[in-house]
Amino acid sequence: METKTKVDLTSFRMETRKWLEDNCPNSMREPLTDVKQLYWGGRNGNYFSEDQKIWFERMLEKKWIVPYWETKYGGGGLTPKQNNILNQEMARLGCRKPHINFGISMLGPALLKFASEEQKIHYLNQICKGEIRWVQGYSEPNAGSDLANLQTKAEDKGDHFLVTGSKVWTSFGDKGDWIFCLVRTDTSSKHTGVSFLLIDMASKGVSTRPIKLISGKSPFTETFFDAVKVPKKNLVGTLNDGWTIAKYLLTHERQMIGGIGETDKKKPLSEIAKEVLGKNNGSLSDISIRNKISELEMNEKIFELTIQRAMDEHKAGNNPGAVSSFFKYYGTELGIQKEELRLEVNGFNSTEWTSEESNNGREARLFCRSKGYSIEGGTHEIQLNIIAKRVLGLPSK
Amino acid sequence: MALVINEEQQMLKSSTKEFLDLKSPLTLMRELRDDNYNQFKVELWTEMVEMGWTSLTIPEKYNGLNFGFVGLGQVLEEIGRKLTVSPIISTVLMSTSLISLSKNEVLKNKLFQEIMNGSKLCALAHEEGRHHNPELINSLVSKNEDHFILNGKKKFVIDGSISDYLIVSAKHEDEKNIALVLIDRKSDGINLNNKVHMDSKIYSDISFENVKIDKMNFLSTDNDGSIILNKTLDIARVGLAAEMLGNVQEAFEITMKYIKEREQFGVKIGSFQALQHRSALMFGEIELCKSIVLRALQAIDSNDSELPKFASLAKAKLGLVSKLITNEAVQMHGGIGVTDDVDIGFFLKKTRVADRILGDSNYHLDRLAKLNNY
Ligand SMILES: Cc1cc2nc3c(=O)[nH]c(=O)nc-3n(C[C@H](O)[C@H](O)[C@H](O)COP(=O)(O)OP(=O)(O)OC[C@H]3O[C@@H](n4cnc5c(N)ncnc54)[C@H](O)[C@@H]3O)c2cc1C
Ligand SMILES: Cc1cc2nc3c(=O)[nH]c(=O)nc-3n(C[C@H](O)[C@H](O)[C@H](O)COP(=O)(O)OP(=O)(O)OC[C@H]3O[C@@H](n4cnc5c(N)ncnc54)[C@H](O)[C@@H]3O)c2cc1C
Repeated sequence: METKTKVDLTSFRMETRKWLEDNCPNSMREPLTDVKQLYWGGRNGNYFSEDQKIWFERMLEKKWIVPYWETKYGGGGLTPKQNNILNQEMARLGCRKPHINFGISMLGPALLKFASEEQKIHYLNQICKGEIRWVQGYSEPNAGSDLANLQTKAEDKGDHFLVTGSKVWTSFGDKGDWIFCLVRTDTSSKHTGVSFLLIDMASKGVSTRPIKLISGKSPFTETFFDAVKVPKKNLVGTLNDGWTIAKYLLTHERQMIGGIGETDKKKPLSEIAKEVLGKNNGSLSDISIRNKISELEMNEKIFELTIQRAMDEHKAGNNPGAVSSFFKYYGTELGIQKEELRLEVNGFNSTEWTSEESNNGREARLFCRSKGYSIEGGTHEIQLNIIAKRVLGLPSK
Repeated sequence: MALVINEEQQMLKSSTKEFLDLKSPLTLMRELRDDNYNQFKVELWTEMVEMGWTSLTIPEKYNGLNFGFVGLGQVLEEIGRKLTVSPIISTVLMSTSLISLSKNEVLKNKLFQEIMNGSKLCALAHEEGRHHNPELINSLVSKNEDHFILNGKKKFVIDGSISDYLIVSAKHEDEKNIALVLIDRKSDGINLNNKVHMDSKIYSDISFENVKIDKMNFLSTDNDGSIILNKTLDIARVGLAAEMLGNVQEAFEITMKYIKEREQFGVKIGSFQALQHRSALMFGEIELCKSIVLRALQAIDSNDSELPKFASLAKAKLGLVSKLITNEAVQMHGGIGVTDDVDIGFFLKKTRVADRILGDSNYHLDRLAKLNNY
């Protein structure tokens, strides 16, 4: 039995390898140099290149946009082991992800756990085809870290809800087709008066206004709801029990964000430093930068091992919950330290803001963007509060 | 290999913990210190030998348990928690590992039997300077008729004062090769200067003057001395990191317990966010340490060619994290933390010495950069 599974997996690996080699265009095997090169799909999705279109369509036909969801939901129906093999083989060739969508990384897992079968079939199939670009409507001007303080209200009007209020910090709000929202359905209690609602952003009364960041870019919006009619069937889970879903989804968001440092397959800083600073007697000519890089690369390696350990603990039937609670904090912290150190390595070139040589200030803007890592998805301080309370059991006042 | 310990290793860990809870609670370390820095409690060692700890890493061929270094690592971690005083680092971690790599089968058979039955203790005499340096060897062996003689000075020898044998690194007189020789500590020409360090352990500076060595007592051949030595150092670094992992976990847990009990301003001090955030960070750092220590132990067992890298990662990380944790542990105890009445200061003093042994975090961060070619 065991040997048979092993044989099956080996042949799955061989077939997968061959299929990827035959089907993944060469330009889709190169490391990303710009986030624009990701394909986000949706009603207005546009391809960055012809190869990107080909790659997406081939993966779509293979049902490998979300390879590990069940086939009835549009997924590829791969087992966790097969999915691992696919990931490994894609990494081996350097294949880019064919499609990125908050529907896959955040909403999907929540729907799988809390939605009705009808909702799952409808929304998950759409996601697997890349038809809808999803965005997240959680934060509000007065509900950031204290998310449960949210005030956007959804009134029961018989066959529909009437939604009024505003959200802030909606990542890619201007490009979203649908938004998954936390809304207030009961004002008499805080956590148990929140519901989880799916809203079509093409509905009458929805509008967005861009927010410009210190990086000079505007990938975020404020999102306004002015008496928006939302059908009752768009409610996920039980009325007033949306907080449970909200928290579950946040754990997936944090995993995604915590992976920022880890999935950075760009050139290691030590390589860049060798080119920029040169060597003296075999070691980098700037000793203090060399020490900082060595410490950062040590921590990156050990963090990678720790993620692996958590997965292996999980597979062995142990609960890796405690250690995982540190990943959002630490993954983003390493990402932030890396951007800071990148400026030190690259010197004056790295603070250029508009020149063509600097690719329109790519490094400086990336540096500015990294300052959001420790805020989005729950700030550093909130992560530490959670560990202190839930993992260490430290008392409250 | 999955980054988890298996059931057998888990059982070894729990039985070690049970044993030490009973036979070597933290109070024992204090008692031995107060007994004029006693380094060796023979009844405790006899029981450790009976538990099989001196046979753990010895191959079956020599009647050892062949349990591997992941296994030994679990024992060392528990020992680190209790600050247990024993010759396990010198005799099992360092000497046995070195002997295992030797091709001198006759000597190997003899030593393994003596180590496994607990009749002999053995120490590694390598360092010659005030900082760790694998390459600094000025001690010399030279040929003299049918035997050899050793001249030189070694420093910082762990358990030198209680060992029966010393394994000494030296250069061959006319060649560059490193020789590893076994010497009876009571031989003529050996002089010990025993020094108590802040961890209440005794480290010996040892001088060798025309010490006679039988040619049967070479653990190295003409060309494998440096390979054996370097590999032994890497294995030992990982083992020390495992012990330090035990040190920091215990110090952290004692501190968490303390701040949950101690009240000031009418509340438990553990409710202050200033302490909570630092505690959460310490928790995370310890989780990182667990991963690298386990990975490095596995690298020994699987004969991984990247052992040098994993050993340096482990020793560098534990060096840094042990400083963080023990400083915070003392600080969070407030005034009582700097008194001898509580145990927390022992962890501070223990890890500062441990950081120095076989390379501190500075040494290993530098080595990592070299291994990565920058
Ligand atoms: C790049 C980026 C993308 C984002 N994308 C989205 C999105 O797509 N959708 C969405 O809904 N939201 C999004 N957000 C919003 C994000 O979730 C919030 O910014 C975050 O939760 C913090 O809330 P706040 O900005 O109101 O800060 P505040 O909550 O006002 O916090 C201000 C400071 O006080 C600290 N603080 C607050 N409470 C505590 C406490 N209890 N203990 C200690 N310190 C505390 C915080 O850590 C922080 O340092 C995004 C944010 C950023 C920066
Ligand atoms: C070397 C030495 C000499 C001394 N000499 C004298 C002397 O001559 N005369 C004298 O009267 N006293 C003396 N003291 C006592 C000293 O003033 C106290 O130790 C000090 O005030 C701390 O109190 P504590 O030890 O009770 O620690 P605790 O108050 O119990 O503190 C324990 C930990 O909790 C933290 N903590 C406590 N409250 C808070 C808070 N609100 N927010 C965040 N963290 C908090 C502390 O910072 C500390 O890390 C001395 C102490 C030492 C170590």
